[in-house]
Amino acid sequence: MAAGLKTRKKQRLLVVSTALAVLVGAVLLVLFALGGDSLSLFLQPSAVIEKNIKEGQRFRLGGLVKKDSFKKLEDGLTFSFTVTDCVTDIPVSYHGILPDLFREGQGVITDGALNASGIFVAEIVLAKHDENYAAPGTMPKNAAACEHPESNGEPNNPNNNEYGG
Amino acid sequence: MIPELGHFALIVALVLSVLGAIVPQVGIARGDTRMMALAGQIAYGQFLMAATAFGALTYAYVVSDFSVVNVAANSHTAKPLLYKISGVWGNHEGSLMLWVLVLSLFAACVAFRGKSLPLRFRSRVLAVQSTLLVGFLLFMVFTSNPFMRLDPAPLEGNGLNPLLQDPGLAFHPPMLYIGYVGLSVAFSFAVAALIEGEVTPLWARWVRPWTLAAWVFLTGGIALGSWWAYYELGWGGWWFWDPVENASFMPWLAATALLHSSIVVEKRDALKSWTILLAIVAFSFSLLGTFLVRSGVLTSVHAFAVDPERGIFILAFLALTIGGSLALYAWRAPRLAPSGMFGLASRESALILNNILLATFAAVVLVGTLYPLMLEAMNGTQITVGPPFFEYAATVLMSPLIVALGFGPLLAWKRGRISKTVQVLLPAVIIALVIFWSVIWHDAAGLLMTGFGMALGIWLIISVFLEINSRIKFIRQPGQFFKRAKRQPRATWGMSLAHMGLGIIILGITVSEAWTDETLRLMKTGESTEVGGFTFTLEAVEPVAGPNYTAVRAKFLVEKNGHFIARLLPEDRVYSDPPMNTTEAGIYPLVRGDLYAVIGEHAGGDAWSVRLYFKPLISGLWLGSAFMVLGGLISLTDRRQRIGAPAGKRRSTPKPAKQEA
Repeated sequence: MAAGLKTRKKQRLLVVSTALAVLVGAVLLVLFALGGDSLSLFLQPSAVIEKNIKEGQRFRLGGLVKKDSFKKLEDGLTFSFTVTDCVTDIPVSYHGILPDLFREGQGVITDGALNASGIFVAEIVLAKHDENYAAPGTMPKNAAACEHPESNGEPNNPNNNEYGG
Repeated sequence: MIPELGHFALIVALVLSVLGAIVPQVGIARGDTRMMALAGQIAYGQFLMAATAFGALTYAYVVSDFSVVNVAANSHTAKPLLYKISGVWGNHEGSLMLWVLVLSLFAACVAFRGKSLPLRFRSRVLAVQSTLLVGFLLFMVFTSNPFMRLDPAPLEGNGLNPLLQDPGLAFHPPMLYIGYVGLSVAFSFAVAALIEGEVTPLWARWVRPWTLAAWVFLTGGIALGSWWAYYELGWGGWWFWDPVENASFMPWLAATALLHSSIVVEKRDALKSWTILLAIVAFSFSLLGTFLVRSGVLTSVHAFAVDPERGIFILAFLALTIGGSLALYAWRAPRLAPSGMFGLASRESALILNNILLATFAAVVLVGTLYPLMLEAMNGTQITVGPPFFEYAATVLMSPLIVALGFGPLLAWKRGRISKTVQVLLPAVIIALVIFWSVIWHDAAGLLMTGFGMALGIWLIISVFLEINSRIKFIRQPGQFFKRAKRQPRATWGMSLAHMGLGIIILGITVSEAWTDETLRLMKTGESTEVGGFTFTLEAVEPVAGPNYTAVRAKFLVEKNGHFIARLLPEDRVYSDPPMNTTEAGIYPLVRGDLYAVIGEHAGGDAWSVRLYFKPLISGLWLGSAFMVLGGLISLTDRRQRIGAPAGKRRSTPKPAKQEA
């Protein structure tokens, strides 16, 4: 009887561990199968050129909204602006309502893809949330190239929290 | 003077917690009952000191004492009182203060409620709880002192992030914290049991009410945060799979698994070592969440100032607590001999399936949350893991759970009969299939997942009704309804209610995802537009003034077939301290769904950009969450949960299941 119990326990252990293994396997499959769709690169403008990103590939573009680049199109709902890391500029177009904290000269993250004419068509635009929040990764990697990064009247410090880091 | 008192209380609390961590353990080693009993007194003392410190900080906020750095940085005289108080925990130092307060409160509750626990065991639990408190108090006193003075004091403070000035968010952090920290009790019980080397059905019964209470608060806190995102962020979304949201979701998944596995320990004396592991993991997820949010590793709406020193401290604390408890587990768990046999189709098996799926889901969320961090640390590539990943995983892992959830409560312990269960649930199967077919009839390809999701939700809701019916036999003997209903334990009612809540949530998510109607356009005053079969007319846009903001408010008249339905008043607010805009959506909930309006920017003349939605059945989310919370609360009032009850009442408490071989 005791031996019988032991084998039954072993059997059950086997069942449970098999179930776990199958599930973990399924999850890994999900991870690989969806790799293209659900994992998106986060790039600054220079990296977009470097990596030769193709038209239509979804990624996140982060950087500063270039000064005097912001325009509202005639329909009143489409906007165009330039995202820059002070070395490379990428034109962006967005149809929708911009977040409350969208400002020229400040950090922004956009999610979308390049179109045939090299314009980044954004589906989502995220701006920084408050003075402590910085959209991570929007501070240009080559900050020295930026002449006068705006920073809400605070001293001009490229490592200022304003732009993340 | 008051802030210094608070600072002093904090230090006394630290000293007491060190004593509380050591004295009871020494007492147990020596068999000195007086030293063991001291654990209770120390726990009360810790709570008193933490409460004093918290009170002092709150006082500084209420009277706007800007000579305290923390107050000057996060408060403002023009803020309404509610947000002065909620400002206490709206920042790094203050939120730690709240964490410490809740941790010591739970220790005091264990000391108070746990009089029926064996003295030795209670002292162990309190000693573990004190050890956790030592970690957090050290962190506060050395890196995050909320009582730091500022000289000279500014005349006015910086104010609180206006996004956080909202009733929903005033109560979201405390609820979530009570949930997070409540899991520390389960953790302490688990570690104490490992040290003692024994887990009994009685242990499971002791720990259950604490886990349940923590789960109720976690559920409520997450729902509240999600509701806030829904009406305050103005995107019409309610969950973004943001790392910080995931950080609160992982402990919830683990706590849910723990609630279910501890039933098996209590009733059948099995799954002991797994349950202990879950208790450790659940609280570890809470700590991990704190680390992710507080260390600045992640940046999001929730994150506070970035400080590497703090990050390193929390990381070290995390490594010690999680690593230490897992090492203890590896060393001691083999002692916890399993007992109790069961067949493949049994309540035990159903609960094990529940645990496997919930634990796997938690692991997947963990991977999805940490993967970008690991990748960036390894080769500097920055990526984001998007919602599709989590949604796919949720569908794959949660669908079998929902299917099994219909059967689980109907299966008998030890050896159940699937065929009998299927008989009872046949109506639910049929109705779910009918729903599925009628949905995909219209658009087989596009609505496949919608039909599947709706069928799952309906299946769950109806199977809960059928399960209740099988217990109280309403259909067969309606006359006996009240008599039988009253005889059901409250824990069972709680379970049914919570399961039904899940069904309602699934239904709400699926329907609102599939049939939300959305319009983005410019509107002039007087213009009308159709959304979801309703006519929205922009009647006027006018300026309004609040206590510490000004706003433009749009007036939308909503009609259906010429009949008045509602008036929506979305606002675009401009706060002055700190200067910032926030969006307040105008929402009117109908039974069929929510009318939702957002006012954007002025487009010249009397034209404004607006975003209008009709979101069908979205209220199912909040209703379902309310059902879950209510179910948890009802279950908490069950007689079996009241271990500390006088002996006279024990007559009716069922004995834990005997071991059967």
